[in-house]
Amino acid sequence: MKSRWPSILLPTAVGLAALGLWSLVCHIFKLPIYVLPSPLEVLAAARDERAVLIEAGLNTALVTLLGFPLAVIVSAGLSLLLSLSRSVRASLFPYLMALQMTPIIVVTPILLIWFGSGLVSTILITFLVSFFPLVVNTTQGLISTDEHLVELFRMSKASHWQEILLLRVPAALPYFFTGLRISAILAPIGAVAGDFFAGNSNGGVGGLGFRTVIYSAQLKTPALFATAGVCCLLGFVLVSAVYWLGWLCLHRWHDAYARNDR
Amino acid sequence: MPSSIVELAAVQKRFGKGPLVLDGIDFSARQGDFVALIGPSGCGKSTWLRLIAGLSPLSSGSIKIDGAALEISKRELAFVFQEPTLLPWLNVRKNVEVPLTLRHSPPSQRRVLCQHALERVRLAEKVDAYPRQLSGGQKMRVSLARALSLSPDILLLDEPFGALDEITRDHLNEELLALRQEQIWTAFFVTHSVAEAVFLSNRIVVLAPNPGRIHAEVSVPFAYPRTIETRRSEEYFQLVREVSRLLRAAEQTSAS
Repeated sequence: MKSRWPSILLPTAVGLAALGLWSLVCHIFKLPIYVLPSPLEVLAAARDERAVLIEAGLNTALVTLLGFPLAVIVSAGLSLLLSLSRSVRASLFPYLMALQMTPIIVVTPILLIWFGSGLVSTILITFLVSFFPLVVNTTQGLISTDEHLVELFRMSKASHWQEILLLRVPAALPYFFTGLRISAILAPIGAVAGDFFAGNSNGGVGGLGFRTVIYSAQLKTPALFATAGVCCLLGFVLVSAVYWLGWLCLHRWHDAYARNDR
Repeated sequence: MPSSIVELAAVQKRFGKGPLVLDGIDFSARQGDFVALIGPSGCGKSTWLRLIAGLSPLSSGSIKIDGAALEISKRELAFVFQEPTLLPWLNVRKNVEVPLTLRHSPPSQRRVLCQHALERVRLAEKVDAYPRQLSGGQKMRVSLARALSLSPDILLLDEPFGALDEITRDHLNEELLALRQEQIWTAFFVTHSVAEAVFLSNRIVVLAPNPGRIHAEVSVPFAYPRTIETRRSEEYFQLVREVSRLLRAAEQTSAS
């Protein structure tokens, strides 16, 4: 078995080198803290703001964990509908594309008019940002079933539901997970962007997007960097969870997910 | 004289507005016949199987099973595709059980039939393996076990061993004949290999292309069970040469 060390050591070394370079740049050019704080100053800001950042991170995580599953559920239903026939796809796809092509900052004011600022708007923005890759990939998966397998089912007099549940859905899983991996990256970004434009502190600290608005208004650049770090952490946790889920579902039968057991 | 089980009369097939793929096919298979369909590419061999399987509608003519229309036949039909056509997310046992599951047969019965079918293709120890863990020959055996688990009356095989190496192919041919000794079915077997056709079948239909039609029919006189000795006999070689000659002639004819 190959050692796992290079896959841990190499990125760590790159990270440390980047931090060193960053510190060096701050030291040499003596940049003001609101332009470019040093890594240590960012760390200090993170420590000072930790209670706020943790709460804001949890608020954004909540929005992500509501908006992302909503995207999964809606896209699954929509993909099943789209997989029914070429004419269904032809009739609906242009509008799905149009929805995706409309910049989220144009959609946001409309959502604000309809739902006001707060949870509903941010969840909807998270949903809108993350559902498209899921629809595209899952639909592709549902219509890419091996023709011979379909014929095997038809010869066995399988019902439509048997064909969908026992054949098309499992065959689409690898495609679904490809979409899910992309969406898992987009969903936290959507949650933060949604919070930035349509967030509402409700007397609390708000989410990470709301913090971004506050910190930038106060010119607290170190805290902005710390906020970026929390956003990345949130993204990494979600993406890792999705990779793990994909591995769990597919490693036994799908070559791309299986390793070292052949 | 055994009665005819599958009867094709004046069968014509074209796809859409395209040219005829099969034209004027009259053929009657008796119960227990092992019919090899051989011919150049594009002569409609696979289409012939798909018509019997009901996977594709006829353009004209009729196909009858036991003298009745295809749709109302009570005969069990099984199809073996050129590729193993397994569901990669199911293990071997569940793959073999797929047609039984779709027919809602009870789990206990499924188990027994599956176990028996896997034993017959010598893969009983692989029940829990996934298709990706099997070799090409093993996958094909699973596919065969899946077809046999239904105890089919009619077995349709579309170049099932075409993608395998020659040694594996020879072994599977012998196994197929051994299986036939236990469970008599009527088989239509599409192949590109003259040697395979002569070894397996009792009737060989040589097809000519453009449009696909019967060029000649050859009956193979060797008694079953056939063994490796059959393959080494002078009569076998003679018949292989004869069928090769017919195949060459069929290739050069054209209806136009």
